[in-house]
Amino acid sequence: MKPAPFRYADPGSLDEALDVLAAEGDGAKVLAGGQSLIPLLSMRLAAPATLVDINRVPGLDGVEATGDGVRVGALVRHAALLHDDAAARVQPLLARATANVAHPAIRNRGTTVGSIAHADPSGEMTSVLALTDGSVTVATPAGRSTVGWRDLFVGPLETSVHGPAVVVDAFFPALAPRSGTAFAEVARRKGDYAVCGAGVVVTLDADRRVEAVRASYISVGLVPEVVDLTEAVHGRPVDAADWAAAGELARTLVDPDGDLHASADYRRLLVGVLTERTLGTAAAEALERTAA
Amino acid sequence: MTTKLFGEPVRRREDARLIVGKGRYLDDIGAHALAAAFVRSPHAHARITGIDVEGALDVEGLVAIYTYEDLTGPMAEPLPVLIPHPQLHAPRTGYPLANGEVNHVGEPVVMVVATDRYLAEDAAERIVVGYEELPVIVGVDAAREARDAVHAEIPDNVAARHHQETGDVEAALAGSARTLSFTQYIERSACMPLEGKGVHARWDPADSSLRVYSSTQASTSVRAAIAAKLELSLEDVEVIAPDVGGGFGVKIMHPWPEELLVPMAAIRLGHEVKWAEDRREHFIGSAHERQQRQEITVGFDDDGRITALDVHAWHDNGAYTPYGIIIPIVTATQLVGPYAIPVYRVVVESVYTNTVIVTPYRGAGRPQGCYAMERTMDRIADVLGLDRAEVRRRNLIRADQFPYDHHLTFQDGRPVIYDSGDYPGLLSKLTDLVGWDAMEARRAEAASRGKLLGAGMAMYVEGTGPGPYEGGHVQVLGSGKVLVATGLTSQGQGHETSFAQIVASELGVPIEDVEVTTGDTRRFPYAVGTFASRAAVMSGNAIALAARGVREKALRIAAEVLEADPADLEIEDGVVGVRGTPGATIPLRTVAVLSNPLRYAFDEAAKQATQFARAGSDDKPPVAVGDAPGLEHRDYYSPIRSTFASGAHAAVVEIDPATWEIDVVSYAVVHDCGNVVNPMIVEGQVHGGVAQGVAGALYERMAYDADGQLQNASFMDFLMPYASEIPDVVIDHQQTPSPLNPLGIKGAGEAGVIPGTAAIASAIEDATGRRIAAMPISPTELYDVMRSVDHERTAASGRRADVTA
Amino acid sequence: MTSVDTERSITVTVNGVPRKATLPVRRLLSDALRHDLGLTGTHVGCEHGVCGACTVLVDGTPVRSCLVFAVQVDGASVTTVEGLARDDHQGGQVLHPVQEAFRECHALQCGFCTPGFLVTIAAGLEARDRSAEITEEEVDEIVGGNLCRCTGYANIKKAVRHAAAAMRPAEADHTGHFGGGDGAW
Repeated sequence: MKPAPFRYADPGSLDEALDVLAAEGDGAKVLAGGQSLIPLLSMRLAAPATLVDINRVPGLDGVEATGDGVRVGALVRHAALLHDDAAARVQPLLARATANVAHPAIRNRGTTVGSIAHADPSGEMTSVLALTDGSVTVATPAGRSTVGWRDLFVGPLETSVHGPAVVVDAFFPALAPRSGTAFAEVARRKGDYAVCGAGVVVTLDADRRVEAVRASYISVGLVPEVVDLTEAVHGRPVDAADWAAAGELARTLVDPDGDLHASADYRRLLVGVLTERTLGTAAAEALERTAA
Repeated sequence: MTTKLFGEPVRRREDARLIVGKGRYLDDIGAHALAAAFVRSPHAHARITGIDVEGALDVEGLVAIYTYEDLTGPMAEPLPVLIPHPQLHAPRTGYPLANGEVNHVGEPVVMVVATDRYLAEDAAERIVVGYEELPVIVGVDAAREARDAVHAEIPDNVAARHHQETGDVEAALAGSARTLSFTQYIERSACMPLEGKGVHARWDPADSSLRVYSSTQASTSVRAAIAAKLELSLEDVEVIAPDVGGGFGVKIMHPWPEELLVPMAAIRLGHEVKWAEDRREHFIGSAHERQQRQEITVGFDDDGRITALDVHAWHDNGAYTPYGIIIPIVTATQLVGPYAIPVYRVVVESVYTNTVIVTPYRGAGRPQGCYAMERTMDRIADVLGLDRAEVRRRNLIRADQFPYDHHLTFQDGRPVIYDSGDYPGLLSKLTDLVGWDAMEARRAEAASRGKLLGAGMAMYVEGTGPGPYEGGHVQVLGSGKVLVATGLTSQGQGHETSFAQIVASELGVPIEDVEVTTGDTRRFPYAVGTFASRAAVMSGNAIALAARGVREKALRIAAEVLEADPADLEIEDGVVGVRGTPGATIPLRTVAVLSNPLRYAFDEAAKQATQFARAGSDDKPPVAVGDAPGLEHRDYYSPIRSTFASGAHAAVVEIDPATWEIDVVSYAVVHDCGNVVNPMIVEGQVHGGVAQGVAGALYERMAYDADGQLQNASFMDFLMPYASEIPDVVIDHQQTPSPLNPLGIKGAGEAGVIPGTAAIASAIEDATGRRIAAMPISPTELYDVMRSVDHERTAASGRRADVTA
Repeated sequence: MTSVDTERSITVTVNGVPRKATLPVRRLLSDALRHDLGLTGTHVGCEHGVCGACTVLVDGTPVRSCLVFAVQVDGASVTTVEGLARDDHQGGQVLHPVQEAFRECHALQCGFCTPGFLVTIAAGLEARDRSAEITEEEVDEIVGGNLCRCTGYANIKKAVRHAAAAMRPAEADHTGHFGGGDGAW
């Protein structure tokens, strides 16, 4: 289990990184945290001709939390985001989801943006990007563009980012007023990829009635999706909302696959259970933020 | 025997190097060795149509490529059937490199040697092997149906039909008040030591000698195998097990193809060669264990006393049978556990499948036997509406029935006669420890939190310390150092400490002066190996006997010097003295010097033993007839039969009825391994065994698809538990010394793992009211059980509120 | 222009000592430490980042050395199990409290996973508020990402509690062994 030979560059600027990527062509791949990529290389399931290591590119390691949302640079490690209080205030889902990413030693090296660019439907952060209606910034030799999550995720382990390009940051919009979030997952071992995970956002109206409910799941579809569960509980006073009904609705809206660790039906069951459980928690937070 | 250190929780001596990174494991050896890598079969069953190495030839750093065509002499013959048995009627083994056919994914086909492992893998990747795929058999049921054959000339796929019976079971069943029949399954797992296998070989062309390091549990037999296969004199081969990063059974299997091929390459290339198995290779190129289908019929009376037991099991032995039918025999004979079974018949059919070979994994057939017997007890209790502990109690062998003869033949060819034990004592300690009688209150409390709680228990008897023998050598040096050697190997059991405790106690020397070497054929060439919980029993007793021999000689020599009767002498803290006479002493190190009459004074101590320093009798030779120079003794322990350890476990599970996640919330162990050399080490063995038991019950399995591809050949998908999955364990001890050996000890290594599957299955059944007849079980499978309308409910569930998914 | 290489010369401070090596760029840090620098205390158990046996500290932070290329730590500081003990300036070593605790609590059997646990736990205990008694949640978090096949983890968790107690400022003052909580560890 040793990687096949490759060529390696560690450019000192984003422009240089893009130059190298352009020069090396299709066989070049960006290396950031490497916690998903390097095992694939060692198992020789991937063999890029060139790795362009962006770890020395300055300016990509910041977490910027504003009233609009949280912008996470490409070199921000999961551990840094997990412990960023300002980010957690603006978008609490970030820390809640990140706490479920693998184990501390992996979080110390792996990056949030890298896990999004890896587009693993079992990864927590892809679904968080979707649920928050987030986007990424893609730098190419032609300039920068913003790519929304719907356009980004094309298939399992596949994004719309091609050619010489670096995903330089991800932007997670702030949690809306009168809203609360929660995240939970069921994993076979603590720290494993989830058998099923759920992130939810509940938004109340000024009268503390349920205005909107959205959820996104991990290890459920081929690409992250956001499911609107509002109809199950719309207009209900928050303390009288039937979260189980929302869970039931969620079960009908997802189309999971089975694998070694869970049948499709079991995943569907978990979608319902986790939806119900997280909605209760998220609603409590929404209520708190509405009262305040 | 003094008991100064024997029985004490002495801190481990091996830790000093291991905690600072100074251990010496296989891959730490041979910094300049060439590296081997293997092309392994990607198919479960195929004919090899060609091997094209052309593409690999220009890989930089490539040194050599070997295929079957390059093997000569005994190397070109099949690998040995290591443990032949008359009932193994159709044994098959592979070749070091595949000879025209492959029978499981991972079977080695080509060996590549290059200047480092990266380059060796580069070359291996470029070698193209042509295959013509053949039909694939996966799992005991497919093997039994035998629509296809793993080995063409064995159309029924049956390697062995192991059969034992103690009476007329048909008649006994017919005469039983009640009978029950059922079928159950247990799946494959594997030892999965954190260090894979590995071999390093160095050939010295100047004196034609070969030194091999192997991460093995059997260095002496690896040595013999290498000598035989490579046609070398035994004297020219030495094999050393360095620090070994866990074994759990997989490293008792030998010779692995790599253990022969790496030395072969080292000789041919005249250069050190090393192979350090990687994790993927370990999954597909080592060994697994545990899959069985068990059909059980039991006869019993209205009180739950068993009158007859009839077991027919099918055991998946994988593609080959190099380790014989040890696991089927162990299952067959250990199944009866602590119970008096009036009439017993067992047939275990060992069947071929196109999967990795099956050789012992800690427990080695016992977990399966325990699962069969203990689940039978649960079923009897269920049908009669009796408490599961009570049914067990009624069937236990009583403490006054020892020695107890089961009239079965064990894996060592010796009778299954239990030497000692107190099984009712174990059971009552267990029910106290886990709070068995208060379980309904716990169940209610859990229910109030929305959880389903259930408890289960399982008891076992484990034949430990089988022969044929082990040896020990103890030598006192003039420096006062006491060198101890035994041939069997260590994989983390703390032998350096426990054997030193034995010697220190036997000889009366400070433990700091004792140095223990294991698994090095240079130091002790006769040995069997470390398996079947035998190291403490076998080598422990052999070393004790060797120490007693040294003591006897020391006292004899000291008695002359001190002009005393040897019977009046004692050794304490390394000094021989006359009991009750202060001042009349001689240090043991001086005795050691005097034991070896010298001509040359190479150091200060030696002076005392030279020919003009010591007055001797002119009419006696300096070394008496029949005596030998040196204060040393070699002795062997060869038991008449195995000694039988025992124990009882209880598990309490809580199940989330929404997600069907299963949480082991309590785990209790009562353990009896006779006299204990080091209780800290024994508890550590129990903890580790229990973790593997929980793992095997709830997390680990080898998931093959119908094409024989192992779907979870990584630590990502083979769910070896982290700390987060392992419950806290409470342990109580009982000691019934073995009357069979001088130290009164029984083995402890495997015990912890044996009852896990049975106890946890029982607990889940208790919690859910659904029959659990296939283990391990995961939440997704439990969900399927719970939502199935047809799935069998227990009788006990009818007496409680039912739950459904 | 950025150079694109198949081999690189790097300088890494390993256990306080600057080390130079010229390596193929694909060399994993785990292999570089073990085979190029001869520090075989770091063990390789899975090479896909799950077992944690190869964990080392890069600039003080635990990472899997099998999931980092050696060229990526050029200029960084790496601590392996060989660097946990402190020189006593008398030709010997003073063990880190977690090393002491592992021995005292029988937290290792075969010892293969041990180096990864030791560096992970050492970093975890050093990063926390030492004056506070360690909680079970903290213990679980610190040991939760490493696999051990021998011990069943009970004694590893015990050793973490033991070491944490030894590293509490009051305890350290009392024994005088651990530098009085001055941050030496």
